[in-house]
Amino acid sequence: MAVTSNWCRCTSCHAGYGWKDKNFDFSEEKIDCLVCHDTTGTYKKFPTDCGYPPLKDKLFAGKKLFKAVNLSYVAQHVGHTTRESCGKCHFYSGGGDGVKRGDIDSTLIAPSKEIDVHMDAKGLNFTCSTCHTTVAHEIDGRHYDSPAPGRRELAFPRYEGHRVRCESCHGVRPHKPSKKLFDWRLVKLNDHTDRVACQTCHIPLYARGKPTNIYWDWSTAGRHKDGKPIVKKGPFGRPEYHTKKGTLKWGKNLVPVYFWYNGTYSYVLPGERVEKREPVVIIRPNGSAEDPEARIFPFKPHFGKQPYDPVNKLLIVPKLFGPKGSGAFWAEFDWKKSAAAGMAAAGLPFSGQVDFIETVYYHALSHMVAPKDKALKCEACHIRQGGRLANISGVYLPGRDRLVELDKIGQALCLIALLFVSVHGLARIIISLKRK
Amino acid sequence: MKQKLYLYSRFERLWHWAQAILIIFLLLTGFEIHGSLELFGYEKAYLWHVYAGVALVVLTAFAIFWHLTTGAWRHYWPVKEKIPQICYYYAVGIFRGEPHPFEKRPDQKLNPLQRLAYLLLKLILYPLQFITAFLLVSYQWWPQLGIKTTFQKVAYYHTAGAFAFLFFLIIHAYLSTTGRPWYSHLRGIILGWEEVGC
Ligand code: HEC
Ligand code: HEC
Ligand code: HEC
Ligand code: HEC
Ligand code: HEC
Ligand code: HEM
Repeated sequence: MAVTSNWCRCTSCHAGYGWKDKNFDFSEEKIDCLVCHDTTGTYKKFPTDCGYPPLKDKLFAGKKLFKAVNLSYVAQHVGHTTRESCGKCHFYSGGGDGVKRGDIDSTLIAPSKEIDVHMDAKGLNFTCSTCHTTVAHEIDGRHYDSPAPGRRELAFPRYEGHRVRCESCHGVRPHKPSKKLFDWRLVKLNDHTDRVACQTCHIPLYARGKPTNIYWDWSTAGRHKDGKPIVKKGPFGRPEYHTKKGTLKWGKNLVPVYFWYNGTYSYVLPGERVEKREPVVIIRPNGSAEDPEARIFPFKPHFGKQPYDPVNKLLIVPKLFGPKGSGAFWAEFDWKKSAAAGMAAAGLPFSGQVDFIETVYYHALSHMVAPKDKALKCEACHIRQGGRLANISGVYLPGRDRLVELDKIGQALCLIALLFVSVHGLARIIISLKRK
Repeated sequence: MKQKLYLYSRFERLWHWAQAILIIFLLLTGFEIHGSLELFGYEKAYLWHVYAGVALVVLTAFAIFWHLTTGAWRHYWPVKEKIPQICYYYAVGIFRGEPHPFEKRPDQKLNPLQRLAYLLLKLILYPLQFITAFLLVSYQWWPQLGIKTTFQKVAYYHTAGAFAFLFFLIIHAYLSTTGRPWYSHLRGIILGWEEVGC
């Protein structure tokens, strides 16, 4: 249980950016984690019915527990993991069901095939660890290895059982004709896999289960009405405004954005100067067309507005949770005090000024693989304008790309020919009519 | 004096029209792949383009065989005579009702300008389109085949070839109406028999 408090993914709840790997010093972040738990504790939707006792923040205040965090401990304690046991943390990352990632939420406890072909409760019924195999108690993923371990090929035992790539089970040319001997269409689909990630075609939309948070504006947080905090429900039954959180926007069935991605991210680290060029990309996928490991991958962009120190040009790590007098935002609702306390705890300078800055995080999407007939159609990408890959550079994408000059010359010549024959023909018609 | 001549054998007519249909279809689907048109949907356009392309290659292989075995390739052998006269005819003579300077005969059914145009078509445009097409469909195997170029470049040449085909098609289709009466050439290539002379 205690472990939970450290794993709460505070990073999205506040400017606890740069939580990059296990070497990150968690002790600095402990207060933020408590914050997270308070949120979940007060969050009415948090399901307490899965045999999970209600979270009590005070229980987690012990420092030792925070330091003890490691995934092998988790893995051992969840035993043979179920989707719920991983989901206790992962479904609620960001402080609520599906808030943070658009592809992992509580619908995955027992999804239909429509939602997730692999975890389909009546079908394949995979648990998280069917794909996230644990080798020496380290769960496969980018947490222990960046990029995730394993190669993009069938996972034979000699690869130590890493199975976290789609290719681990399906291979690099997964589309095979079932009836015919040869199907050029499937050959073509396979030809894409060297550039286009499986997820790109097979996760056509995200947040297909629960709504996900797409915009989080901290700058408006702290408003009260008649001295009482405000919680205003918006569409999807999710808060549109929350005194503790600010203005929130939600979305369902959203179209991802696409980037080249080689399995690693670049992060804005705590204390890293950021110019006010908005939005500041706090988590940016790495990769380019030249990188043989990179694929065109789908992402959920998570926009927000975060406190920022315009003088030192630093993102502010605010102190959110704490008793009155500690500067905690959720006790005093004063950004300056909260920033001073938070930055001091993080060992970072603070100028005394608080501004707000637009930010964005990108989260790679790998779950909620839709049934095969929902896979992207060719036109989604191969289209002159407004295609899903409109911003992807480095490849020649037929239908989108062309040599404009060549088109112009070709069209001009053909038009001239057409004009010429029309005039010629017209003259012939007129002359022959006159002759009659 | 008018004369009815059997100019185009059954194979030639079949070949001509199959080729015409395939090329028009390749143009339509090709320019849909290119992003200029929306007709069949991208997937169908792409697949049908490749199927039609393969069909055209097979047809062309048969035609080459036929031309070599029957000696009909000689019709395409370029000749110099009368080219200026023919140009003059299309620019001026045709409007004055003058006769075509070239008289079709079963042993020389193509006029010198046609010979030149079709020869260019067969020696340059077809190979260009077929070679680039082969490269486009085989690009996954370039490393094994030792081919070093970019998909983009090949696609550009293929597109350029497509424009050249379209250009040819416009002129060619128009010139087919310049017989007397206007449909006489067309009738020839459909039925085989054409009335020549005036
Ligand atoms: C106690 C809460 C908790 C439980 C239970 C839990 N996780 Fe995690 N997990 C986290 C947190 C928090 C992170 C983020 C760590 C980081 O980014 O450094 C994480 C990271 C990961 C990552 C890497 C994600 C990334 O962004 O790199 C994977 C994969 C993962 N968990 C899978 C699982 C699986 C599979 C299970 C079930 C066996 C599971 N987790 C159970 C909290 C938990
Ligand atoms: C069908 C296989 C599959 C199943 C089942 C699965 N995952 Fe994943 N998961 C993946 C793949 C593939 C990735 C991407 C790994 C990479 O970086 O290449 C991934 C990545 C992740 C990540 C990191 C996301 C990131 O930012 O890259 C987390 C967290 C995660 N999974 C958690 C879970 C949880 C929790 C469950 C169970 C509810 C689960 N997964 C079930 C295949 C699966
Ligand atoms: C642990 C092995 C495993 C991993 C990893 C895995 N799959 Fe699968 N997947 C399967 C199995 C098993 C099936 C069912 C195959 C069957 O029915 O023939 C399947 C089926 C599918 C289907 C067909 C669904 C349908 O409509 O029938 C798609 C699409 C698919 N997977 C995509 C993916 C993608 C994308 C990933 C990566 C995110 C992935 N898979 C990762 C094992 C895996
Ligand atoms: C360009 C888009 C695209 C990419 C990239 C792609 N797929 Fe597919 N995939 C499709 C489409 C479309 C279908 C449906 C095929 C059909 O109609 O039979 C499909 C079908 C499948 C199926 C079901 C096959 C069957 O016959 O049951 C699996 C499994 C699958 N894909 C896995 C993958 C994996 C794994 C990858 C990555 C290595 C991948 N796909 C990459 C478009 C794509
Ligand atoms: C997710 C977007 C996406 C979808 C969906 C998609 N493609 Fe592509 N396609 C690409 C990208 C990116 C490239 C260029 C990269 C490369 O060369 O593989 C490409 C390249 C191609 C090419 C030229 C390279 C080659 O392999 O010949 C063809 C043809 C093609 N696609 C056909 C199709 C067809 C047909 C479909 C639908 C069945 C389809 N694509 C679906 C993204 C997509
Ligand atoms: C008269 C003959 C042909 C014409 C007019 C033609 C026209 C076109 C055009 C306009 C494109 C789009 C090019 C682009 O935007 O990149 C294209 C693409 C393509 N053609 Fe053809 N084509 C012809 C013959 C063939 C043949 C014989 C094949 C082989 C089977 C073929 C295979 C392809 C392929 C695979 C593509 C897709 C790749 C690409 O987009 O460049 N074509 N064609």
